Parts: sequence; C-alpha cells; structure tokens
Amino acid sequence: MATWKHGWELWERLTERNMNKKNLLFPLRSLSCFDQLCLKHCIRSQPSASRKTCNSEFMESRRTLLRRYSASSSEYYFPGAIGAPYTDKLELIAGEKEGRIPCFRIMNELGEVSSAIEKEYHPDHQVEPSMMTSMYQHMLKLHVMDTMLYSAQRQGRISFCMTSFGEEATAIGSAAALETADVIFGQYREQGVLLWRGFTYRDFCNQCCGNALEPAKGRQMPVHYGSKELNFVTISSPLATQIPQASGYAYGMKLSRSKNITVCYFGEGAASEGDFHAALNFAATLECPVLFVCRNNGYAISTPAKEQYRGDGIAGRGLAYGIDSMRVDGNDLWAVYFAVKEAKRRILETNRPLLLELLTYRGGHHSTSDDSSRYRQKNEIELYSERLSPLRRMKHFLAFRNCWNDEMDEKYIEEQRKELLTALEEAEKAPKAPLEDLFNDVYDQLTPNLQRQKTMLFEFLERQKRPTHSS
Amino acid sequence: MNKIFMFEALRSAIDEEMSKDETVLVIGEDVGHYGGSYKVTKDLHLKYGDLRILDTPIAENSFTGMAIGAAMTGLRPIVEGMNMGFLLLAFNQIANNAGMLPYTSGGNYQIPIVIRGPGGVGRQLGAEHSQRLETYFQAVPGLKIVACSTPYNAKGLLKSAIRDNNPVLFFEHVLLYNMKQEIPDYEYTLPLDKAEIVKEGKDITIITYSRMRYHVLKAVDRLIEKNVDPEVIDLISLKPIDMDTIIKSIQKTHKACIVEECMRTGGIASEIIARVNELIFDYLDSPIIRLSSQDIPTPYNGLLEQNTIVNSEQIINAIIKQLNI
Repeated sequence: MATWKHGWELWERLTERNMNKKNLLFPLRSLSCFDQLCLKHCIRSQPSASRKTCNSEFMESRRTLLRRYSASSSEYYFPGAIGAPYTDKLELIAGEKEGRIPCFRIMNELGEVSSAIEKEYHPDHQVEPSMMTSMYQHMLKLHVMDTMLYSAQRQGRISFCMTSFGEEATAIGSAAALETADVIFGQYREQGVLLWRGFTYRDFCNQCCGNALEPAKGRQMPVHYGSKELNFVTISSPLATQIPQASGYAYGMKLSRSKNITVCYFGEGAASEGDFHAALNFAATLECPVLFVCRNNGYAISTPAKEQYRGDGIAGRGLAYGIDSMRVDGNDLWAVYFAVKEAKRRILETNRPLLLELLTYRGGHHSTSDDSSRYRQKNEIELYSERLSPLRRMKHFLAFRNCWNDEMDEKYIEEQRKELLTALEEAEKAPKAPLEDLFNDVYDQLTPNLQRQKTMLFEFLERQKRPTHSS
Repeated sequence: MNKIFMFEALRSAIDEEMSKDETVLVIGEDVGHYGGSYKVTKDLHLKYGDLRILDTPIAENSFTGMAIGAAMTGLRPIVEGMNMGFLLLAFNQIANNAGMLPYTSGGNYQIPIVIRGPGGVGRQLGAEHSQRLETYFQAVPGLKIVACSTPYNAKGLLKSAIRDNNPVLFFEHVLLYNMKQEIPDYEYTLPLDKAEIVKEGKDITIITYSRMRYHVLKAVDRLIEKNVDPEVIDLISLKPIDMDTIIKSIQKTHKACIVEECMRTGGIASEIIARVNELIFDYLDSPIIRLSSQDIPTPYNGLLEQNTIVNSEQIINAIIKQLNI
C-alpha cells in the first residue's frame, strides 16, 4: 500500500545525500514510476524545500504534509490523479457551466480605459505616447494593405488573398508585446505580426505576385508568407499543422536555454483538429515554453463557433491539459498587448505553456473564394466592423490624448495607399523564378532521379522551342 | 437528355440515391447550408435536413472515423473531403480501419462508405491543395478507387459507389467541375471495375484517367493528322485495375503509353507496367512509356506549375518517338 508517507521517506533519503547542493538533481529515472510521481508532487507543493539546506524548515514542512496525508487515513493516491480527495457525494462536474470564463478588457468600445485597471497594465503608465501612435499606425497600415490586396485580387492582379479585417488588434497587439527573436508559427491571418516586425509592402507584394524576389521564390500561394530573418515560419495551408510544430520548436528552445519563446496562432476552427489536442498535451507534459494564441473570430468559413464546439470556447480547454489559460478581448489593443506581455514573462519564469483566447470577429470573408453574405447577416457584420471595431476604439483613445485626429487619419491612409500601389506595381513587373529552379530545394541536393527528369524536360523544351521564362 | 455541369451531375447522383435509400447521408465540412466548396451538395440540406447533410467541425481523421463507425451500424455515409489532400489526415482511419475491418472481423462488418472530393493539380493552388492521393491509397488492401472524368460517368459511377458495400475512394478533379455534357434523364449506373474505351484504334494503346484524358484526346487529334490511329482507354477504376480491357487492347496494338497526373515514383503507371510485364510481355513490341508528373511538390508559380504536369505536346512527342515516325 503506497501512501504519501512513502514519497517523503524517499525524499528524506535522497536529500540526505544531496543536502549541500543548490539544485537537487535526483537520479529520478532510477526510481519507479509511482515514486517519481510522488516526489514530483512533493517538490511542486513545497517549492522552497527544493533549495533547502536548513533542517528545521524542512522538518516543519514535512510534518505539515505528514499530518495532512497521515498513514491512519485509508487514502490511496492513484498514479492518474495524485492528491485527488475522495468524496461520498454522487455529483457531476457540469460540462456546460452556467457562467463563462471572464474576458479581460482594458478599454471599452469608445476607447475609454476603465478606472479599475491596475497600474502594471495601464497604457498611460506603461507605454510611451510615440509607441501608442506607432501601434495605431501599424493597425492602419494593415487595414490599408488588406483592402488594397483584396481589390487587387478582384481586379485579377493577384490570384488569391486573405484579409484580417476586424482582427488588427490581435496581430499588432501581440506582435508589439513580443521581440523579433520570439519565433512565430502562424495559420494564415497574422500578416499584421510580420508587418510590425518590418516586413515591407514590397515583401508582401512580392510574395503575392509570386516573383523571384521573395524568400520562397514564388513557390507558395499568395498570403503564405514566411521570413527566416523575422522568425516567422512559412505558412502551410492545412489547418493546425503548425501547433504541434510550435510545441516541438519550443522544446528545442528550452534545451538550448533560450531567453525567448515560441508563439503559435490558430483559429477556433483549427482548434477542432486532432493536432491541437496532441500539441497541447505534449506542451504540458514536456513543459515547453510555448504561447498558444487562439483567434476566436466566430467563423470557420461558414461554420459558426456554436457548431464548432460545445464547451466554453478554447480557453475552457486549457484546464483539461493542465495549461494556464486566459480569455482576452481581441478587439482591445491594450488588453492583447498586456496579456501577451504577461504571458511571455510567465512562460520564461516557469518554462510551462500558456493558452490565450482572443475573442474577436472576422470582419471580412474567409478569403477571396468566399462570400460571407451567404451565411451571415449584414447587420451583424456592420455591428462588429463599426461599433466594436478595434481601429475605432484606438482612434478615440488617441484622440482623447490629443495624439491623433481625423485629418491625420485620412492623410496617413492616403500615404499608405500610394506606397502600397507603388510596391504592387513594382512587384508585378519583377521577374518570376526561372524554370531552372523547378527541381531545386526538393532535397538539399538534386537526386539522380530528379537530375534525369530535369535533363529530359529541358531537352523536350529545346526541341519544341517552348519558353523557359515567364513573360 | 439535358446538358449539365459535372458538379450538378454529382449532385443529382447523391440526390437520387438519398431519396431512394434513407440510410444514405453526407458528412463533411461546409456541406450543409454553404452547399459544399464546389457546390456539389447545394440545397440538399433543404430537402434532407441537417442530420442527413451533416456539417462537421474541422477534424478530417475524426469525421472519417465517425463515418466508418456509422457505416458499420448500417448507414451508408458519403464523406466529402474539401480537398482530397486533407484526407492525408484521415489516412489512419481509411487504411487501418475502412480497408481492414471487413477482413479482420471475418466478414461480420461491412463498410459501405464513399469518400469523395476534388484532387489533382488545379490552377495555382499551391502544393498542399494540388495533391494526387491515388498512388498512396492504391496499395491499401480492401479499398476500391475510382476516378471520374466526365459528367456522364461521374453520375453513373457515384451511384454505383454509393450502392457498393465496400469502401470506395471517389476521386474528382478540381478543374473538371465546370465541364458540361448531355446526360440521360433516365436512371443509369456504371460498373465500378470497368475501364472505358474512349476511342478504338490499332496503332498504340494510350491508357489514362481523370483530367489527363482531355490532354490525351487533344494529342490524339493531332496524331490522327499524322496517320496514327491510337486506342484510348480511360481507366475509371484505379483499384482494381481493369486488366482485361488493357490486355485485349495491347494484344491488338502491341504498344502502350500511359499518361497520368500523379507523380512518377510509385504511380498508377508503375503498377500497370509491372502487371503487363507479368501477364503479356510477349505481346509487346517495345517498352511501355509512362508520362507522369515530376517528383516535386507543385509550385505556385504558373510556368513552373505547367511544367510539373504532362501536356499534350509531350504526349505527341513520346508517341511519335515510340512509333518511329
């Protein structure tokens, strides 16, 4: 019969051996599974005891624990749930609770900051006015870029586009709270993060036009951005594939004792994929310093959130994996900014993952291949795009502090439009990748099989005098 | 007879089978009120309700598994993959369960499931949306694989697939949905395991399937001008392959060329060539040529993408070379 006492006896034996060392590095693997679990729980519940050299404090905490889990009680502690108390009441834990997880918000729709906000996360106390304006300007840039690239697709200048209307605060707010050295695994609606980090209009347009100047040399569809320098991993179309990859990358970062974290973005629809479950479970059990950011924008193409899941959103799932989670108003730039800042600090301190759910609304269509008016009401779209818009409330916030006004707004938007148009025109004219590039990068070096296929292709093209360059 | 699009032909097949047999249902993402991403199930939910045209959350492995479970209890689900490439997520369920369960249960459980969706290389859809999965699945025992190529055969084959008691993978092509053809008003089905002889001939057998059929036919028009008379066979059934039709044809022409859209390595052609070697090697006058896509992920860039798949000029070239003209 294994009891809590067992864990403490082990502890005593081992601490006698390691008493003078600062970090207790037990030969844990030599112990049985159950012993390991007991010990780990001991250490966690008495964190200061792990650095103990003082006997009396140690003995006191040991006595407390022995009192609590005395051998006289007939309590067993199964490996699956050590510390779970027994109960004699047949009561279910409600699957669909009455109350929802509360949503953290700093400023309301009109840009007014609540007086109850603590100083540690009050923008007026923590952020310089120049930074405030810069963040708003980036949100405007993002909005302008999305609008114009969408029209460019409609005019046939690029073949495909996805916009992030309504989600400007999620991208800019989170990016501003991170460093460029924090690695990003995105889904496809996080171009704002790249924009903040310094990806220029030229870079975006090059990728959308698929020309030879962009990092992927025109191999991927538009909006599938990637930048090794800016630590933004290339977007991959299938949903949720990036989530377990982020857990893995974070694990690597932990082993190399990095001072940075991995951040993984996904939508509430992608959170239904099996990869989401596996990734969160791994991050929790292997203790990976990864921040999971869910942009819960209410729609997955046409599937509304109420058909995507029954639980309390995505934040409600963190508990199941043992991951700390938080729900944030994704349209409130400050809430997002401070939540991500705090999340990063926590992750670096504890080396454990964190789950943030940003509640927001997808203002535009899923992509240029979708027409959302078929499945949502116009007045719903207008409500979120106007009254609850992240841009509007930030504009009011700045206007109240005399940092911005309507005139500056119009002028800035006009400037950005001109800049983007120039960038798009240049990107359209830039050359596409040559045919010689077709077989490169499949492997690090051409295999004999591919070399033969390449030779055959070029012989054929020569004979037929077909073009080897896009016009 | 009236002229309809391929996606309408598929819809009418599903509609007819659902109205006849109330155990047939459709499971997939955005198939209900959205009508499916290629409009194949448009408005069917108005007729059959939300339970028989079931919208699912985004989890391909799970809803394929769910469909397999439903099939075991007597329902006949049609699973729609928004793009066949996403079925790679469901590979575990399809290979380990749909393909195996009838066998491992001693015939006690049948899995009358149809998994359909668009595949193939489209127009600049990027690598992950241009998958051709027929080669990966052809090795899985217990599955039947069918590739439709015209609205007429799409409707007939889909009806047969729904009625078949085995798991059927029904490959459509993303660029063929807007093809129009006249199809009969009366009810008809087509056998799942017979290839179609598109054109009879005597000089060479050209074997193909799905969209490549049209590239082949274009090439054939030019070859006829050069006095070549090819016989064109559309495989239709990729598993099991209709070797009888192929054998009869090669016994007549003594030469063959296979044109496929899947990657060269381990493709459908490699399987056919191996079997022809085993069965009727002596009838061949020259080695069988295969024209397939390059062994690379499909690039987005238009020119690079065009040169990844086979075009009619390459077909003409290859055949002229083989016939020594």
